[in-house]
Amino acid sequence: MSTTRSAPEPLRRGAASRAFHTVAGNRPRRLDWTLAGGVLALTAIGTLLLAAATYEPGHPESPLAYVERHLMHVGVALVAGSAVAFVDYRKPRAYAPVVFTASSVLLALVLSPLGEVVNGSRSWVALGPVQLQPSEFAKVGLVLMVAMVLGEPRDGETAPTSRDVLFSLGAMAVPLALVMLQPDLGTGMVVGVTYLAMLTLSGAPLRWIAGMLACGVAAVAAVWWFGLLKAYQLARFTSFLDPSVDARGTGYNANQAMIAVGSGGISGTGLFRGEQTAGRFVPEQHTDFIFTVAGEELGFVGGIAVIALLALVLMRILRIAAGCEQPYARLVCVGVAAWFAFQGFINIGMTIGVTPITGIPLPFVSYGGSATIANMCAVGLVLGVHARDRGFE
Amino acid sequence: MAWMRRRQRRTRRRAGGAAPGGGPTPRTAPGRRGLVLAQVLVLALFAALGVRLWYLQVPMGEHFARLAEATHTQDLVVPATRGLILDQAGRPLVRNRTALVVSADWHALQAMPDQGAEVLERVAEVVDEPADTIKQRTRLCGPEVSRPCWPGSPYQPVTLADDVDPRAALQIMERSEDFPAVSAQHLAVRDYPNGELASQALGYLQPVTQEELEAREELRKQYSGVDQVGRDGLEATYDAELRGTAGVRTLAVNNRGEVTGVVDEQRPEPGMHLVSTIDQRVQKTVEEALRRGIERARGAGHPASTAAGVVMDVRTGGIVASASLPSYDPSVWQGGIDQGTFEELLSEKAGSPLTSRVMQGQYPPASTFKVSSLAAGVKGGKPLRGTYSCPSSISVGNRSFENYEGSAHGALSLHRAIVVSCNTVFYQMAYDEWRRDERKKKPDDVFARTAEDFGFGQPTGVDLPHEAAGRIPTREWKRELWEATKEDSCKRAKEGYPGVAEEDPGRASYLQRVAKENCTDGYRWRAGDAVNFSIGQGDVLVTPLQLVRAYAAVANGGTLWEPRVGKALVSADGETVERIEPEEAGKLDVPPEVLTYIQKAVTQVPKEGTARGAFGGFPQNEVSIAGKTGSGSALNSDSTAWFASYAPADDPRLAVVVVVPKGGTGGETAAPIVREIYEGIYGFTREGEDGEDGKAEGGEDKSVKGGDPDLPGGEPLEELPDVRPDGTIGLAAGE
Repeated sequence: MSTTRSAPEPLRRGAASRAFHTVAGNRPRRLDWTLAGGVLALTAIGTLLLAAATYEPGHPESPLAYVERHLMHVGVALVAGSAVAFVDYRKPRAYAPVVFTASSVLLALVLSPLGEVVNGSRSWVALGPVQLQPSEFAKVGLVLMVAMVLGEPRDGETAPTSRDVLFSLGAMAVPLALVMLQPDLGTGMVVGVTYLAMLTLSGAPLRWIAGMLACGVAAVAAVWWFGLLKAYQLARFTSFLDPSVDARGTGYNANQAMIAVGSGGISGTGLFRGEQTAGRFVPEQHTDFIFTVAGEELGFVGGIAVIALLALVLMRILRIAAGCEQPYARLVCVGVAAWFAFQGFINIGMTIGVTPITGIPLPFVSYGGSATIANMCAVGLVLGVHARDRGFE
Repeated sequence: MAWMRRRQRRTRRRAGGAAPGGGPTPRTAPGRRGLVLAQVLVLALFAALGVRLWYLQVPMGEHFARLAEATHTQDLVVPATRGLILDQAGRPLVRNRTALVVSADWHALQAMPDQGAEVLERVAEVVDEPADTIKQRTRLCGPEVSRPCWPGSPYQPVTLADDVDPRAALQIMERSEDFPAVSAQHLAVRDYPNGELASQALGYLQPVTQEELEAREELRKQYSGVDQVGRDGLEATYDAELRGTAGVRTLAVNNRGEVTGVVDEQRPEPGMHLVSTIDQRVQKTVEEALRRGIERARGAGHPASTAAGVVMDVRTGGIVASASLPSYDPSVWQGGIDQGTFEELLSEKAGSPLTSRVMQGQYPPASTFKVSSLAAGVKGGKPLRGTYSCPSSISVGNRSFENYEGSAHGALSLHRAIVVSCNTVFYQMAYDEWRRDERKKKPDDVFARTAEDFGFGQPTGVDLPHEAAGRIPTREWKRELWEATKEDSCKRAKEGYPGVAEEDPGRASYLQRVAKENCTDGYRWRAGDAVNFSIGQGDVLVTPLQLVRAYAAVANGGTLWEPRVGKALVSADGETVERIEPEEAGKLDVPPEVLTYIQKAVTQVPKEGTARGAFGGFPQNEVSIAGKTGSGSALNSDSTAWFASYAPADDPRLAVVVVVPKGGTGGETAAPIVREIYEGIYGFTREGEDGEDGKAEGGEDKSVKGGDPDLPGGEPLEELPDVRPDGTIGLAAGE
């Protein structure tokens, strides 16, 4: 680990000076090249796969219209992520509630007339010419808020108290409820899992952790038992268990995804050469099913590369978490890691028939502006932690 | 504050981390341990993904690649042009022409709210046919659904109207939005330039049925959706060769089934042309002679309405003509036959024109059978050159068996017995043989064995489907029949025939006597059976094809052929020629001396015997005809008229058999037809036509050379027609 010494900070600063230092003067001292490199590599692969999945010679704008838009998203995301990395994370009370509130309001807007229904879910909000998927930003808000509540001790506590846990639960309930109202089961699961991971690793009383896990199990059981799921959601779940039962109906996605991936063999057909991809047999192939393009056109070599890169990024984030001195910083990293790990596992898993089909994108690889920006912001948070936490000096 | 705390923390962490045994700080400890677990968990989950990916792509990769192939490509079958059927000289018997056909997608019609009624009505208007008929043609044929209906598979385009006017087809093509699920396209259909000629031998095509698709793999593999399959005759036997190999165009398709490109194209290989042994001109001569013969027989008061005639090349077994009347025009099958026509084709009343009486008609052979009985008698020990007596009747058991019309010929040779067709000579031989068999533990049954040796009682193996076997009654057959019928006979023996008794008491008591006999010892091979057998009566049945083959064997010195209607298969470009080689079914087990004796005897029949009248005036010195008449009698109906023959008697080339059921005697009805056939073949014409040929003793008709012979030189061609690379066909040399 780098041990560059920095100049001693001034003990006193004026408000203006503080603000200046927060943004510019207090610049990051280190960059985790492995993490950054891994994320950029995944983004690059994602761009290539997107090109292969959406290339359309007869498209009125451009054969690579999707790629052009994606590159724009990536540009915005890199700027946003860098900006986040530059912010001194060490004053969470100053910004976490703001980000949380803003993202929650945005999420609530989805249910207002500004919201738009896509694929049976009210997940989008149109702000002028820009369309956003607020649930992606809500993940960032959630991680910050829960990390603040559980990781910023008051008055010399050594661990989150029951009051802190209840507080965090309340914070988590806001985006969870809003997301489930859309309804977006996938994002709801990401919110729940991220929260549970953060709670478990926060040092909160064991009874709370056990209770929460029990609640999680009970919630799943209840949903199943009382038929709270919509028919199509249930069908997706059951068809994952055996996609061939109804290959033309609900099992169609799962079946076509497995055929596309499986037909790739060891080395794949080569980019732009996949017949299944060219024939648009897998639905939502540029977003949720982008991994099938890797499977078909890059084969096992490409598929395992994506899995390995994602695992590398996650290991790196967890390693940074382990090195953190501050509980808040550590929890932010844990939250981000849990978020990416869950999405990555569920997303890749559903294309190869090991997890049910849910509308969750593959971090850094899937097409989607809001997700790309939110993901980069989350990476920015982790890089910011790594750059500043004393644990890395 | 923050700064202060940070400093404190750092100190604490250092203390905790650096001092062994100091223990981690309470706030970080669970997190640290948990993070290690978290890393293990993440690695495990992603490793699991990697393993699963490996499983799908490497061991299962082939499987999924096949599935993918099936998903993203669509094979379009391009049917091959069906080969022609040519006569032996290259004249077309069946050819192709293009027709505009309007068809509909059955499933798409069913999917419409009104089952396509509206669309079909519009089609009916455009093609100018009743809407009901068009609608009926879309129903799938079944036990409950009669024609017009669709006999093919619902996955094939259902033909709505065949051979439509180009203007009507154009309307349908151009206004496709008004005709959803309906299309008009050019389709090759069979064309029959000779109309009814040889229709039963040629056969016909019908759409492939679901059962056929399931049963025949080669059909399934190259199923084009508009396939027709040969259902009878040569079209059925040589279906695979005539069909050719369909081409396959493999198209790339996307998830909506839209075609995005051509991946692969295999061009269709046109079917081979079948050169038949049939000669179109001889066939025509035979059919016309039969038609005139039936008319004459009817004019003479016989109920005759059907007839069959067959000409065989005695050196190869090739069928030069195979005619069965009534006949029909096979083009009625095209575009969905209607119920009326279909029923007529099958009906008894219309003479079931679908049936080839040459192969499927079974009749008592009567005196034509005597060639077999003569050989049997000699084999049984009778002297070939002995003297026999021909009384007007002989008594066997308690029954008297009479000569034809009770005539007696005194003492005569076997030669003479054939020429004048004396029955009693053969009765006596069969009776003597039967008595000898009765004393034996294992009877010889030499008459039955010899008949089987001549090829009777079993299918000839001709290359046409649905051949009948005929019947040679034997002891075993008799016992089986008795076991099957004794219950009924015994009931009749007890109750009699009250229905018949009201009208004809004499007949009723006769029938009851027969029933009684059948009930008690119907299983026995009685002397009467043996006697009837010897002159081809009783339970003996043969097909004209079996008889012509037997006479060909007599003519060619004993070779029994497997008859062939196919002569060669020639590829559409003429490159490949596959001759269909004649095959021997066996050799007659008759000593040459006996065979020559029989040949000499039958040579005299048209000169001085029972066919003398029919052949009066025929230039026997130019072409000597050998033959035998037969008049098979059945209870209460007119006899079956036969003439079985071959020519030239001194150097046989062709065998001709004609049968006219319910047509009177062979000499009176059948032999004149055969004479006309020979006249056509060899190019003779009549002098002084007086319309009473074959009957007038004094004013007999003279046949003289003059006409254009159907078969120049009186023999089928050795050469094959010339199929040129450009697809045109030249007649075989000599034509």
